[in-house]
Amino acid sequence: MTEKTIFELSRPGRIGIRYPEPDVPLADLPEKFLRKDLPLVEMSENEVVRHFTKISQLNHAVDTGFYPLGSCTMKYNPKINEETARLPGFSQIHPLQPVETVQGALGLMYETQQWLAEISGFDAVTLQPAAGAQGELTGVFIIRAYHNSRGDSKRIKMLVPDSAHGTNPASSAMSGMTIIEIPSDKNGNIDTERVKAECDDTLAGLMITNPNTLGLFDENIVEACQLVHNSGGLVYGDGANMNALLGIYRPAEVGIDVMHFNLHKTFSTPHGGGGPGSGPVGVTKELAEFLPDPVVAMISEGDEETPAFYDLVTPEKTIGRVKSFHGHFGVVVKAFTYLISLGKNGLLDASTSAVLNANYIQALIKDVYHIPYERLCMHEFVTEAQWDDAPGIRALDISKRLIDFGFHPPTNYFPLIVHEALMIEPTETEAKETLDAFADALLQIADEAKNDPEILHNAPTNAPFGRLDEVKAAKELILKTQLPENYGKELS
Amino acid sequence: MYTSHTKADKEEMLKVIGLEKVEDLFQCLPEQGKFPALNLPDGITEMEALDELQYISSFNETTQELVSFLGAGAYNHFIPAAVDSILRRSEFYTAYTPYQPEISQGTLQAIFEYQSLIAALTGMDVANASHYDGATAVAEAVNMAYHNFRGRKKKIVLSPAVNPQYRGTIHTYMDGMNLEIVGEDLGPGSIPDDLIELIDENTALVLVQYPDFLGRIFDLSALAAAAHEHKALFSVHINPISMGLLKPPSAYGADIVTGEGQPLGIPLSFGGPYLGLFATKDKYVRKMAGRVAGETVDTQGQRGYVLTLSTREQHIRREQATSNICTNQGLIALASTVYLSLLGKNGLQELAKLNYHKAHYAAEKISTVPGFAVNPVQPFFNEFVVQCPVPAGEVNEYLLEHEILGGYDLSQIYPGMTHELLVAVTEMNPRSEIDYLVAVLEEEYHD
Repeated sequence: MTEKTIFELSRPGRIGIRYPEPDVPLADLPEKFLRKDLPLVEMSENEVVRHFTKISQLNHAVDTGFYPLGSCTMKYNPKINEETARLPGFSQIHPLQPVETVQGALGLMYETQQWLAEISGFDAVTLQPAAGAQGELTGVFIIRAYHNSRGDSKRIKMLVPDSAHGTNPASSAMSGMTIIEIPSDKNGNIDTERVKAECDDTLAGLMITNPNTLGLFDENIVEACQLVHNSGGLVYGDGANMNALLGIYRPAEVGIDVMHFNLHKTFSTPHGGGGPGSGPVGVTKELAEFLPDPVVAMISEGDEETPAFYDLVTPEKTIGRVKSFHGHFGVVVKAFTYLISLGKNGLLDASTSAVLNANYIQALIKDVYHIPYERLCMHEFVTEAQWDDAPGIRALDISKRLIDFGFHPPTNYFPLIVHEALMIEPTETEAKETLDAFADALLQIADEAKNDPEILHNAPTNAPFGRLDEVKAAKELILKTQLPENYGKELS
Repeated sequence: MYTSHTKADKEEMLKVIGLEKVEDLFQCLPEQGKFPALNLPDGITEMEALDELQYISSFNETTQELVSFLGAGAYNHFIPAAVDSILRRSEFYTAYTPYQPEISQGTLQAIFEYQSLIAALTGMDVANASHYDGATAVAEAVNMAYHNFRGRKKKIVLSPAVNPQYRGTIHTYMDGMNLEIVGEDLGPGSIPDDLIELIDENTALVLVQYPDFLGRIFDLSALAAAAHEHKALFSVHINPISMGLLKPPSAYGADIVTGEGQPLGIPLSFGGPYLGLFATKDKYVRKMAGRVAGETVDTQGQRGYVLTLSTREQHIRREQATSNICTNQGLIALASTVYLSLLGKNGLQELAKLNYHKAHYAAEKISTVPGFAVNPVQPFFNEFVVQCPVPAGEVNEYLLEHEILGGYDLSQIYPGMTHELLVAVTEMNPRSEIDYLVAVLEEEYHD
């Protein structure tokens, strides 16, 4: 199934797109700055389109099949969102246009900020961060700025549970924090005794995911937040798992001070094969003045005669900007479309169904797959893919075998605190038949693991590719097409 | 409806779980605050949602309706229809990061081809799978240089002619690292060689933009040599369209090349999502942040691709990772890959020349308007500074009355440049628009 690369398909002299002849007099070119070669490809439009269409068909995607990738919320992506983001009134506006020419865009951003604030219970929201990881970074910068503004610059200690996403400690480290890992207790909750032991005047805060990465609502979260607050720290919420809470619980209620949203997960703006995401950050009133520059504000409310007027404003003690312009606006348009389409009843139904689906699969397989923390789960759960009577079978083997059944595997080996973890997040948009078929496949695979393990070791056999040699890739490090010596040398 | 469950489905599922009603699923949540009454409207139909969004969008004036000479980091270019046609393949846009390579070869091969194209375009050995945008790519360059010297070199020499939003992002990102960032106060009138005397043994990175924020092109050889003499890294931020014409930064000895990829087939979209280009030399590949795809084979010996070098990344290294980035700009990188495949060597060169000629025509014509001037000495690509007889903000207001987005008012960034306007010209500006701009200026600012 190997497809040639664009460089292998290239033929000298082919042209994919032509431009009009210059309609102005030609200027002298700056000879000493001109490049001598340009080793790009030469292809016709048909060749380009066919190539990318062919390789697209090598992908598993939400539109081609079930994608229960834990922690990633691979829900269905409504097609209307793709249309609205492409409306010329949104896609063809320049970020530096005078604000009076982009009132629609600013109004939409303002409304989105309001929706996210209402859903989460926070007082202020920025849409600037480009992705969840950047939202975290923004949140940690805000926590640091808050402490510094109070002359409390010795607060550099950030508590991070051992079940946290790797981005949590990495984001903290990028802002110069010292990371203290906090273990989980026997019920999968944060160990509050260990939190208490770290509560002193060097504590900057706690980063916590709720529901946590085991898919469990952390039963100690209120107490943990109180401990941190009592010693002067702040609590960061990782909003990756917000899909469990829409209309069910507002994160600000438990004591979280700052949290990012993942619009590409919770609000279905597609994942795009890895991006673009969008990672807005919500904060309490006390932290609003630290938000990144700029945020959208309503300057005048408007009435029946005049529309409201919006502007970009700089928060008083802003941490500065974290990227160019105003965030991933195109992604925000999709999220806004999704929000108003679902409304409060649809949002509640989405989270309820997501939690129902996860518990349903958990119930169907729990007699065969060990669930390390057996409780009602939220929108996802984690199982241990190992059995004493199936030595040599790993989570990876089960994952690869699932591919043969037409399913995308769950997240494997995360969270790190569960051995051979398989993290399953079905999302709300899957029908019962799909969940049944997936559970059946898992049960059949468990049986194969014990009776015919070779099937698992050889899997996948029903995919465009067999297992790929990652060791070879890391050793040889071929990171681009190898071009012949003279490729692209002559320039016209 | 995006969910499928009937009432019967739900009842059956609850029975399997051993619960009576869906509310029971949430029994371990604190009672206080559970099921809040959100002050939000109920949902609407697809027809109504489309109507609503169309209505909101009608309050924006687009670059299609206005005559636009606005650039300053985001550029209005033509996007061939085939680009969006590929982006709408839902095999691409409804997939996620290619964690399972056996069923993600479409995404992985596209990333590999993207890396190949960006390496070729910049003249560098290797490119990553992209950053969020130009600003974050530049911030990651600073971060990489800092870590390359294990935090021992504390000085960054930063050109004042780097896009102010990128400089702002660097300051935000590096705030906790106790770095000394020098050079910005030299002001916009300075040239790259003025930075040379700021470089010393403590310098980790020298960072410039090419063409710079004011559109100017400079020979960077002397600056690169000075950086290398003091064992500092040299990083150059590019406009990728200019690479169809100009010597790549590798010709000056750049160690890192970053770029804003938006001009490569990405709509303006009010500032995002855009694309952060990042390329470097082979010897720094393990210091580079971000996702990287590499070539390998599968069990059958078929050539395929996987994400590689993941031991540098946050999900393995956690707080020891040099960056927290965990994805790339996936679909946006794909757009630029399709765009560059369509244009290819010939198209990109043709496009770059078209931009160059139109901008030079515009500069020459604007200079003929009484009181307006364009510095004729320094070469530029498709963007240039116009000195106006009155404050640039006033010129812009006047032009907007005539449906023209005049340019970027530089006084917003450089307090001394009260009368300076940054004007960008692309293939989207036919001669008639340039002539119209000039005629409108002449009407107001005649002798």
